[in-house]
Amino acid sequence: MSALGTVVRAGVSRRRVQTLVMTLTTMMAVTASVLAAGLLVVSQGPFDHAFAAQRGAQLTVRFDPGRVGAAQVAATARVPGVTSAAGPYPVLSLAPRIGANRTGMPVGAPVPPLTVVGRSGTGGPVDDLRLTQGRWATGSGEIVLGLGDNDPVGVGDRITLPDLPGRPTLTVVGLAASVGRSADAWVSPAEAAALTAPGSTAGYQMLYRFSSAGTDAQVAADRDAIAAAVPAGAIGEAASYLPVRQAAARNSATYVPFVVAFGVLGLVMSVLIIGIVVSGAVGAATRRIGILKSLGFAPAQIVRGYVGQALIPATAGSVLGVAFGNLLAIPVLHQEGGALGIGAPGIPLWVDLAVPAAVLATAAATALVPALRAGRLSTTEALAVGRTPRAGRGRAVRRLLGRAPLPRPLSLGLAHPFARPGRSATMVAAVLLGTVGATFGVGLALSLGDVENGIGRDNAGAVTVPDFSFSDNPGAVMRTADPNAVAAVIGAQHGTRSWFGTTMTQVGVAGLAGATQVFSFQGDSSWAGYQMVSGHWIDGPGQVVAPAGLLSATGTRVGDTVTLTDNRHRVPVRIVGEVLSLHQSLYTEQATLAGLDAFVLPGSTQYSVDLTPGTDGVAYLASLNRALSPLGITALPTQQRISPTIIAMDGLAAMLTAMLVAVAGLGVLNTVLLDTRERVHDFGVLKALGMAPRQTVAMVVTSVSGIGLLAGAVGVPIGIAVHHSVLPVMGRAAGTGIPAVDLSVYRLPLLVPLLLGGLVIATAGALLPAGWAARARTATALRTE
Amino acid sequence: MTAPIIQIRDVSKTYDVGLPALAGLSLEVRAGEALAVLGPSGSGKSTLLNLVAGLDRPSEGGVTVDGVRLDGMTEAGLARYRRERVGMVFQFFNLLDDLTVEDNVLLPAQLAGLPRTQAWERARELLERLGIDRHARAHPGRLSGGERQRVAVARALMNRPPLLLADEPTGALDSASAADVRDLLAGLSRDGQSIVLVTHDTALARSCATRTIELVDGVIARDSEVPGAVPAGATGTVTGIGEARAAVR
Repeated sequence: MSALGTVVRAGVSRRRVQTLVMTLTTMMAVTASVLAAGLLVVSQGPFDHAFAAQRGAQLTVRFDPGRVGAAQVAATARVPGVTSAAGPYPVLSLAPRIGANRTGMPVGAPVPPLTVVGRSGTGGPVDDLRLTQGRWATGSGEIVLGLGDNDPVGVGDRITLPDLPGRPTLTVVGLAASVGRSADAWVSPAEAAALTAPGSTAGYQMLYRFSSAGTDAQVAADRDAIAAAVPAGAIGEAASYLPVRQAAARNSATYVPFVVAFGVLGLVMSVLIIGIVVSGAVGAATRRIGILKSLGFAPAQIVRGYVGQALIPATAGSVLGVAFGNLLAIPVLHQEGGALGIGAPGIPLWVDLAVPAAVLATAAATALVPALRAGRLSTTEALAVGRTPRAGRGRAVRRLLGRAPLPRPLSLGLAHPFARPGRSATMVAAVLLGTVGATFGVGLALSLGDVENGIGRDNAGAVTVPDFSFSDNPGAVMRTADPNAVAAVIGAQHGTRSWFGTTMTQVGVAGLAGATQVFSFQGDSSWAGYQMVSGHWIDGPGQVVAPAGLLSATGTRVGDTVTLTDNRHRVPVRIVGEVLSLHQSLYTEQATLAGLDAFVLPGSTQYSVDLTPGTDGVAYLASLNRALSPLGITALPTQQRISPTIIAMDGLAAMLTAMLVAVAGLGVLNTVLLDTRERVHDFGVLKALGMAPRQTVAMVVTSVSGIGLLAGAVGVPIGIAVHHSVLPVMGRAAGTGIPAVDLSVYRLPLLVPLLLGGLVIATAGALLPAGWAARARTATALRTE
Repeated sequence: MTAPIIQIRDVSKTYDVGLPALAGLSLEVRAGEALAVLGPSGSGKSTLLNLVAGLDRPSEGGVTVDGVRLDGMTEAGLARYRRERVGMVFQFFNLLDDLTVEDNVLLPAQLAGLPRTQAWERARELLERLGIDRHARAHPGRLSGGERQRVAVARALMNRPPLLLADEPTGALDSASAADVRDLLAGLSRDGQSIVLVTHDTALARSCATRTIELVDGVIARDSEVPGAVPAGATGTVTGIGEARAAVR
């Protein structure tokens, strides 16, 4: 090994604790950065990633078999601009109902109409399906369902087709995901033929990818090119992948604002910690540099040696950080990938390379500055460093505190930050960033919880009464109860404090294409507690509240009037509030819709019941069900839904917060350790004068307590400001505003511990070196130069 | 004869590698005695001083100072012992450069929790007595070596320790400053202060020690009274000791 190599190795191994801290700090920084940058990249393009990997269909076309034959459809694969195609596959529209199942769904309940395609397997040149559960449908009576958010049935369950002759039953043998949502379900081609109604012909589905399909206009041009290759009117439906892409982007975009916030905090923290660590390590070894120069080391060797000493633990930390970052990303990305049915996407390789490269470059650049300074030092100057008493700043503060009525170890500790203001400032910055992260993370979790609670208000009350029932017999028709009779039973039930009914209808809204879903309320819905972003909840007929997405789509604001229509009648209604909701729906009283012949979704009516305090819920439910029995319906305890997206966001925020806080603590640990090592002789003197171990610990901890308190006092308001800035952006990305009540989570009982958080971080970081200082042998410390 | 202030019984001290620094050493020092420990480098002088100061622990044997058995004490107990029973003077002064002379001197009293007024009065008295009161507000870096060592002596005497330990107190001084410190320690010795002095400076040993021992390879090679020195506890010196104690204590 060369002399330089020996010196570098000795320098690294001599300061084992500091090397370890630097490795851990770099590991934390790289872990947080890889995670943040990786999530940022992945969350911006999960759809594109999955779409490319699965060769998703950019255009899904359903041809009318009455106007075009299979051969001519197949020939469209050779239309100019088409790069690959799959099909033709037989395609059917089926209206199934739920059959025997193990998931507790009522048998006979309608399932939304399914577009079912006959395919012999998952693969193909276009739309490579991902089988997420079970197996592919190969035999008669088997079906594979597309992966959805709220799948009513699972593998092993059955669906029936009462509209087809013989009321055939299909068994779900698998769940599959099509990244472009090319179909709702798949059966074998033979089964598709069997399910085709007598006297009719299944349609043809073709899946295409094009050389240019990045915009609506390009996809439209591609569609026209296909249409030109077949007889006029042969194309029944042509679905672009772009709307699916936009919907997916909206989901993932919700992550981006807070991931960016954490990412920026993590990266700033990384730079800061590396700066503290490397500058400290090089600065502390200046006298050693003098010795090396006196032995004949050239300035360039000194520079290389000290940059190398910084890069060895930084490299080790970076490698570990990349590994941990990727490991920690798995559960988060699994949720993200699960939404698209693409499996868990990994952190991109370039992130795994770029982040540690950037961190190592930062480490090298940071180390270079003090290393160059050391390289330029004259040998005698370098040798003198460490022997010559430091200039020592903050003497006035030290004198002032020395006269304060405080135990001397505490006044010495309090005065210490003023002796090294630069180092203290970096420590303040580290703790401040940790406090900002903690404040933001805690506030984010609380706000998301409140938003979750607010959005979940459609499950208000302790008891829910669906206004319909099903027979256990497969194919039985759903029965609904008389709403007035149900209302009378609920109202008369002892223990009922309040109730309201909710029905989902569809009406037209002037200015919007297609039907709009409307939640209409019967009874007093004010206690449902829907959270208002602005305005107020409906308190009479003729009023509606709407979420931000609908207001945006209609170009209206709170206070405006919109017109509801059923094509024959028009009812103007006034928007009285913006409600927190991710539905593109309107909310109004049933009386508002009285003038419209609105389509009521079958089985959509349910009653929410709030109980009088002290009521036994189980006994109430039993009693209510006895009363409802003649109506043929059953009351159920209200099930609270928990959004997997919000769970994932909470998990991610908690993880990033914990990392930031840990890195901040490590920053303090390293700085105090460095400081303690430099002052070890002073500690020896103080201990020789009778300073007890407890007093030593108190002095070291006190030396960071002011820093912690200051960082807490400054960091908490900044964290709150970040929270108040990021949450609305997240809300906008999700298509809703955020109610002020969900932003106002920083109340006094929370603020006090957050303000003390900086002190906790600083104290936690200082405890280890304080213990080391207390345990250091006095005789050895006194011999230290 | 006065009671022994230091009793060392069969003490050995072995560090991680090498020969023992002390090998079965036994020693007794009487109150008021000024013991000079001589010997070549590596003979165990500083190790002996560190054991008596409670800065280090013996590998074997027992050390008792002023009735306190040190070898079994906790770190906190040793710290209390150092605060209350010993004062230390080092070759390189070991003053805290960021504190003023006054604050350095006050430190032992502040660590011991002495009332503020009492501590200030004691510090002023010592600074005046040792002739460095004009430097009270200065930082040690601005003083000469002799002045710094006087500050160190003042700090060592702050809590009125029964035992003063000095490790090469003139080793880092020029000859004029060394003479100055020599006179100071000799005066303290005459005043009855118990002193253990590790030194290569034979002039210092002659001027202020009442007894000398010479260590070689961790054992006492020679133990002798200093000719002409006043034995500690001798009745003929009571007046002088009393006057000195009045001044210093």
